[in-house]
Amino acid sequence: MSDTATKTAPAAEEGTERRLNMIEAINDALDVSMGRDENIVIMGEDVGYFGGVFRCTAGLQQKYGKSRVFDTPISECGIIAAAVGMGAYGLRPVPEIQFADYIYPGLDQLISEAARLRYRSAAEYTAPITVRSPFGGGIFGGQTHSQSPEAIFAHVSGLKTVIPATPYDAKGLLISAIEDNDPVIFFEPKRIYNGPFSGYYDKPVEPWKRFDASVVPEGHYKIPLGKARYAMQGDELTILAYGTMVHVVEAVCREKGVEADIVDLRTIVPVDIETIEESVKKTGRCLIVHEATRTAGFGAELSALVTERCFYHLEAPVERVTGFDTPYPHSLEWAYFPGPIRIGEALDKILSE
Amino acid sequence: MADRPQGTAKAGDNRPKLSLHVPEPKFRPGDAVDFSHIEVPEAGAQPRPDETTDPKDMLDFAHGLIRVLGEDNKAHGPWDPKLDPETLRTMLGHMAMTRAFDERMFRGQRQGKTSFYMKCTGEEATSVSASMALAADDMVFPSYRQQGILIQRGYPMIEMINQIYSNRGDKLKGRQLPIMYSSKEHSFFTISGNLATQTPQAVGWAMASAIKGDSRIAATWVGEGSTAEGDFHSACLFATVYNAPVILNVVNNQWAISSFSGFAGAERATFAARGVGYGIASLRVDGNDPLACYAAEQWAANRARANAGPTLIEFFSYRAEGHSTSDDPSGYRSAQERDEWPLGDPVMRLKNHLIEIGEWDEERQEKMDLEAAEYVKKTTKEAEENGILGHGLHHPFRTMFEDVFEELPWHLKEQAEQAIHERETKFPEGLPNGGKGA
Repeated sequence: MSDTATKTAPAAEEGTERRLNMIEAINDALDVSMGRDENIVIMGEDVGYFGGVFRCTAGLQQKYGKSRVFDTPISECGIIAAAVGMGAYGLRPVPEIQFADYIYPGLDQLISEAARLRYRSAAEYTAPITVRSPFGGGIFGGQTHSQSPEAIFAHVSGLKTVIPATPYDAKGLLISAIEDNDPVIFFEPKRIYNGPFSGYYDKPVEPWKRFDASVVPEGHYKIPLGKARYAMQGDELTILAYGTMVHVVEAVCREKGVEADIVDLRTIVPVDIETIEESVKKTGRCLIVHEATRTAGFGAELSALVTERCFYHLEAPVERVTGFDTPYPHSLEWAYFPGPIRIGEALDKILSE
Repeated sequence: MADRPQGTAKAGDNRPKLSLHVPEPKFRPGDAVDFSHIEVPEAGAQPRPDETTDPKDMLDFAHGLIRVLGEDNKAHGPWDPKLDPETLRTMLGHMAMTRAFDERMFRGQRQGKTSFYMKCTGEEATSVSASMALAADDMVFPSYRQQGILIQRGYPMIEMINQIYSNRGDKLKGRQLPIMYSSKEHSFFTISGNLATQTPQAVGWAMASAIKGDSRIAATWVGEGSTAEGDFHSACLFATVYNAPVILNVVNNQWAISSFSGFAGAERATFAARGVGYGIASLRVDGNDPLACYAAEQWAANRARANAGPTLIEFFSYRAEGHSTSDDPSGYRSAQERDEWPLGDPVMRLKNHLIEIGEWDEERQEKMDLEAAEYVKKTTKEAEENGILGHGLHHPFRTMFEDVFEELPWHLKEQAEQAIHERETKFPEGLPNGGKGA
């Protein structure tokens, strides 16, 4: 995989490679997985005939039938619980929660049940389920269609949390998540479903097809969970990010001419501590960027890990750039979003110390 | 808007004052108990609809009470499952064994052998008899008071006790609170301490069975108090939406720790009636009548297996003992309730029925009870060789970090090393018990 994911692709010859946006890549991962394993079922609100509000399950019901791809009542508790029961039967369910903001009614079933079955039954029962859910803001979704609740799940023992940043990664990571025998929360950054995001909301979206990371091979491939990738490499500092923010920080670095190691974590639990340490020990500076609210966000965990493990290599305090500790406001969405100004100022500060 | 003259009434002052209704049980400690308000229909009075009946054509069953065993100790009416005497004696045996087990384990907790126990005294029929009406490979998602299912399904009693003692023989590696059993081999789902979570999971399992064209069905048990959880409503909804082959058993034992069933809505409607709104076939059953419990579960199992849909069964029963070893019921309810309970005791009723039909006698009952007590005692002793809680004979230390995930990630490896270091610091001369429980 190219480590310059969002670099503009060289002019590709038509027909030699397949370019997909993230929605198509996710759809492809589901299709490939369902074709290989009859025990995979998909359920969720509007995922069946309609193919999902973001189209990620388009065509799958038609291809695999209503007993493998079906709509559900508007009951996240019921969706997750049914998936747990199906997993106990021997199926491998891939439920969709329409927006991450809607996942809370299903939390008890995720935290107390799915995440704990293996432990409490001494591995007699497991929950091999992958909960897909679009997350993050930047689409004028207001406070109930914009949240980034990854830290809640990172805090739960027994859950893995995966967040792809490119179509290529989305497919490979989703296939890994589905094949994993533990429950996985798979958050899809919906702002970058159609193209990477520079952080300048007033500029038109550049479609994925213009970028190398949209080259998605046919068929089955996996990207291991727990392995980060370098979205960009440089010596001045390390930036830890995931999802949409990978692209925003990359755009800011290019604009400012900063040579950064941008580590796209891809999986936050288990997090790739080796890559983090390797990079921070090389650069001596670490900026952490996420869209979620700041207090007790996953950045706090990353900051603690870097400080505990790389303190004597640090030449400046670890910095965090995050969303504010407010609900995601509708009209002031871009005032909340950790955009180029917040990131740029943090870069200036950390590089001046 | 015009100013109001000083001293006049404020808007709404002439409306009646609202008042909050906080449910209160009829009897508190010391009260004389009179259960005459509970309607107990004649045994055999209820018709038995065909198993494929449309739920809207059997609404009365959510409000009546299906009973088979009458005051005369005879079986009456169309719900009589007409079990042969040998099966009845087996049922009685499982119920007596469950009761003997409860007695011994409760005492064990009081003797400090474990931290916690929960009896099912008075409710044995709701698990033993119901379970006998299912196939052995039908999947059950129990709550914490269905030990009778494991006993009926032949789960080795020593495994139950090992679990209760969290000892080195505990198959669950000492991770779960006592009585939170799990046995995949016996199609018995791992019990959660969180309430009602198992109900929509059972529906999911049943949906999976239907997706796969299997013939096995699922059954779940939940207390009436826990039907208040949203999960129970998700279970009802998913069950009806997908016509899932599942049985939702609600054991209404009147009490949720110290809260009477009124706090789950019993003052307004029966628990069986909850199924009506979802279009689920719903039966209200005398939960202290082992034959009625069997017959209702069998009806529901036939219905599910015929692809005719889910059933909600309310077993109307009474929790004769405390919620668990952690509460003293004399602090919140009248001690007379147990004796006055109008539906009697399930073990006595089945025993009297067998005697009535000439297939049993007091001597044999006495012998059976004695043998059950002896068996439990002997098995308890065997289990104690594996250790009791807190005496160091638990699972090897490293197992604490296993099964969080299929594979140990780096952060748990590091934490396991720290835990081992703490262990070695505490026991520099080696581990107690010769390291047997290390």
